Amino acid sequence: MSPTETPTPDSATPDAALLTVTGLRKAFGDHVVLKSIDLEVRRGEVVTLIGPSGSGKTTVLRCLNGLEVPDAGVAEFAGQLTVDFSTPAAKKQVSALRDRSAMVFQHYNLFPHKTVLENVIEGPVQVQKRPKAEAIQDARELLARVGLADKENSYPFELSGGQQQRVGIVRALALRPQLLLFDEPTSALDPELVGEVLSVIKELADEGWTMVVVTHELAFAREVADEVIFMDGGVVVERGHPDTVLRDPREERTRQFVDRLLNPF
Amino acid sequence: MNIHWDLVWSSLGPLLTGAITGTIPLALASFSLGLLLALLVALMRLSRNRVVSAVARIYISVIRGTPLLVQLFVIFYGLPSVGITISPWPSAIIAFSLNVGGYAAEVIRAAILSVPKGQWEAGHTIGMSRRQTLVRIILPQAARVSVPPLSNTFISLVKDTSLASLILVTELFRVAQQVAAFSQEFMLLYLEAAVIYWVICLVLAGGQSALEKRLDRYVAH
Repeated sequence: MSPTETPTPDSATPDAALLTVTGLRKAFGDHVVLKSIDLEVRRGEVVTLIGPSGSGKTTVLRCLNGLEVPDAGVAEFAGQLTVDFSTPAAKKQVSALRDRSAMVFQHYNLFPHKTVLENVIEGPVQVQKRPKAEAIQDARELLARVGLADKENSYPFELSGGQQQRVGIVRALALRPQLLLFDEPTSALDPELVGEVLSVIKELADEGWTMVVVTHELAFAREVADEVIFMDGGVVVERGHPDTVLRDPREERTRQFVDRLLNPF
Repeated sequence: MNIHWDLVWSSLGPLLTGAITGTIPLALASFSLGLLLALLVALMRLSRNRVVSAVARIYISVIRGTPLLVQLFVIFYGLPSVGITISPWPSAIIAFSLNVGGYAAEVIRAAILSVPKGQWEAGHTIGMSRRQTLVRIILPQAARVSVPPLSNTFISLVKDTSLASLILVTELFRVAQQVAAFSQEFMLLYLEAAVIYWVICLVLAGGQSALEKRLDRYVAH
């Protein structure tokens, strides 16, 4: 799972942009969810998206993973793929975009009728057509890494929320994506289970995985993120180093949001 | 009422033969074909193509809006007048399959829709096509959800096969009618037939419970 075993590039090309998104726009009917979002994710970097619900942060992730097709904007995986969403050809390129990233969902979305191991190897075997034995070995190593070696034959309903989400993360890792997308990965968890999931994500960050994380966990963002982006009303209000955005934001709206999360009463 | 036990025993053989060579194979064949048809119609109904979806909708509406007996008679007694003559057994299988196809299509459609949207998204994110997601992720979960309502359909069908006696298919009820007419013991023979139908349906209900238990892990808890 370390970047040497995976195609995740890190130190080879430090500071090179892996993904560049410009002018991302998405409307559902008359409701414009994303007005014009720019985003750059460098290799090995962790970008966190924060903001009130309805700010569009989850929609950004879903657009990157092809779960939504934006109305306009350009996404570019450095040197590999450029998708211009305003062209009709974009619909066909969305799957290429999706294949470069993997999503971890707020509600895990594990397959309830498959065991943990089957959940993890489904993509590698059925989609990527990798040899089953290899995929299983890969899956076991990944499961061991997140402390679930003894759970490979369990069904999702037999696991706690924190365990399910760790399986969700392993399922994403098993695809060997270039980019990991986390959509509020701890929001559905009981408070005492949040830590075990965040520590896995932090380890992945330390290993050099490139990731975009939508989260409400400001302490996590401060510790792990290279960049924090605060969104509100479908636009980026402020972005920068976590120390700036979370401790001493320039924008009043950012300050209010951060204060409310840190001091809810 | 005097029960003629000797008639009960002597008629049991022919009645059971009617069930085993008529009722049960008729129900099994019609249900299998009907389910295949229902899956197809359910997928058509869910299609984004409006024409395809409309065809499925009309089909379901006609099947559900007309009596099964009428459907049976149209196929067996009606079609010959437009030059299509189908013998009793195939007529019965066609009519019952079409009927199951209409009813079960709505069950399957509802079951597919009951699978959370997140399952489609999870399939998408690991790179599956819509078809792959449908076959490997959605349908197995929908199958579990549809076991109880489809069991209802099957149990109804077993009883409805008695209508085939009216187009000369020799099954349980037709045998009962024949023996009753011959012996003039109508109450006894029709009650005996009723008990046999009931036993068949009891066995099916037992099968349903076992199947539900076995597929239990297929649903999100």
